[in-house]
Amino acid sequence: MDGGDARVPTISPRRPLSASAATFGALMWSGFRRYATYRQATVAGSFTNIVFGFLRCYVLLAVAAGATAGAPGGYDVRQLATFVWVGQGLLTVVGIWGYSDLADRIRTGDIASDLLRPVAPVTAYLAADLGRAGYQLMTRFVPPVVVGAIAFPLFAPARWQTVPLFAVSVLLAVIGSFGCRYLVNATAYWLGDARGPLMFWTLGSGVLAGLYFPLRLLPEWLTITIWVATPLPGLLQTPLDVLVERDGPGLQAGLVALQAVWAVIMVALAAVVQRRAERKLVVQGG
Amino acid sequence: MAEFRAYAALLGGRLRSATAYRASFAVEIITNAGGTAIDVSTVFVLFTATRLLGGFTLGEALMMTGLTAAGFALADLTVGNIDQLKTYVRLGTLDAVLVRPLAVLPQLVIADLPLRKLLRSGVGLAVLIVAVASNDIVWTPARVALLVTAPLSGAVFFGSIFVLSASLAFWWVESGEVGSAFTYGGRDFTSYPISVYGGWFRAVFAYGLGFAFVSYHPALTLLGRADPLGLPAWSGYVSPLVALAAAGLAGVVWRIGVRRYRSTGS
Repeated sequence: MDGGDARVPTISPRRPLSASAATFGALMWSGFRRYATYRQATVAGSFTNIVFGFLRCYVLLAVAAGATAGAPGGYDVRQLATFVWVGQGLLTVVGIWGYSDLADRIRTGDIASDLLRPVAPVTAYLAADLGRAGYQLMTRFVPPVVVGAIAFPLFAPARWQTVPLFAVSVLLAVIGSFGCRYLVNATAYWLGDARGPLMFWTLGSGVLAGLYFPLRLLPEWLTITIWVATPLPGLLQTPLDVLVERDGPGLQAGLVALQAVWAVIMVALAAVVQRRAERKLVVQGG
Repeated sequence: MAEFRAYAALLGGRLRSATAYRASFAVEIITNAGGTAIDVSTVFVLFTATRLLGGFTLGEALMMTGLTAAGFALADLTVGNIDQLKTYVRLGTLDAVLVRPLAVLPQLVIADLPLRKLLRSGVGLAVLIVAVASNDIVWTPARVALLVTAPLSGAVFFGSIFVLSASLAFWWVESGEVGSAFTYGGRDFTSYPISVYGGWFRAVFAYGLGFAFVSYHPALTLLGRADPLGLPAWSGYVSPLVALAAAGLAGVVWRIGVRRYRSTGS
C-alpha cells in the first residue's frame, strides 16, 4: 500500500496535504449524505427534542423560582432556558446516544472491509462522523432553539468572543464524543458484542454531560472532579456554559482548552486501542 | 387452555434466551435499575437548590416521583418493548406473528418481555416506599386502596401510552423517536408536580393526554393537600378510570393499526 497507486485516495503524511484533505473531505461528505437520506427521522427527532425542551425548561425555571438568590447553580432564568434549549439542539449534533455502527461491524465481521481500506479506521470514521454532525447541525440544531426562543426569553451573549468560542467548543464536543463512542464500541473487539458497555455509556453519559441538569447544581468539589477527571462535561456542559457566559472570560476560554485536551486524549486513545485490536483481531463471520 | 400453554412456551423461550449469557444479563439488569436510580436522584439534586418546587416540598414531590417510578417501571417491564414494533413493521417481520393462531399484542409482549428490566420495578417500588415513609399520611381505608391502585393504574396508563405510541408505526413507519416524547416524556412529566409546567403545554400533557392522573392527583389525595390548580380533593380516585379509558383507546387504535398493516413483501 505504501508504494501504492497514486490514484488511490488515502490520508498519509507521505502524500501531499491537499490529497489527504480531499480524501478526508470526501469521507465527510459521505457521512453528511448518509444522514441526509433520513428526512422523516429529522422531523420525528426534532419533535421529541422540543417536547423534552419544554419539560426540562419548565422544571429548571421552577427551581429558579424557588431558589434563594433566584439563580440555581449561578444561572439566571434566561441562562437556564438557553442551557436547556440549545442543549436539546446540540444533543443529536454531538451524538451522545445511539451509535453502535462500529460495534455492529465488529460483531458481524464487516470490519474486515474497513481494515482493507487505505485510510485508518479511526480517521475514516471521524471524518464520517464530522459529516454527520454537520448535517445535524443544519437540521436538528435549529428547530428546538427556534421554539425555545419563541416560548421563553433566551440569553443573548454579550462578549464578542462567545460565539466563536461556542463554535470551537461544539466542534470539540463532536470530536470528544466521537472518541468516547469509538472506545465504547471498540470493546466489541474483545467482548464480541458491546451491548453491556453501550448501556453503561448511555446511563452515565447523559447525567455526567449535563443533559439532565446543569452539573453546577452539584457540590463544587464534585463538579470540578467530573470536569477534570472525565471527558463527559466536554460533550454538552462546556459548550452550553460557554454560550451562556456562566463564567468570566478567563475561565470561559479555560474550559474550552480543557475540553480540547480531553478531545485529543480520547481520539488518541481510540487510535491506540484500534491498533491493539488489529493485532489480535479474529474476524467473525464466514 | 391450549392458548395458555402456547403463551407459557413463549415465556419459557424468552427466559432461556435471556439467561443464556449470564454475565451480559447481569450487566443489563444492573444498568437498567441504575437508570431509574439516576432519574430519581435528579429530583434530589434539584431540591438542593430550592426548598419548594412548584409549591411542594421534597417529600411531597417524592410521592409523585415514586408513584410514577413504580407505575412506569411496571409498564416498561411488561409492554415497554412494544416500541420495537416500528422495526417489525419496517422489515415486515410482523408477518410471523400475524400468521400464528394467537392474539398479536400478547404475543409481541411476551416474546419480547424485557426481563432485564425486572430490577427496575424493584427500584420504582422502593422509591414509592421511601416517599410514603417520608410523609405523614392520615391513613383511611380509601387512601390505602388508592396507594395500591394508583401505581397499577399508572402502569396501565403508561402501558396504553406505550401501545399507542408504538401503533403510530402502522401509519408512519419512520416515526422514529416521536413515541419517546410521550412514553419517556410522560414519565418525566409526571415525575414532578404539574404545577411547575405552564400554559398550553401543561394543559395538553396533564389534561389533554391525562398524565395529571398518573401521579399528581393521586399524590395530592394521599397527602390530603388541596390542588393549587383548583381540582377537587377526590380527583386522585379518578385515576383508575382514566387508565381504563386510555387502555380502551389503545386497544381500539391497535386493532385499527394491525388491520392497516401491509407487509414489505420481501
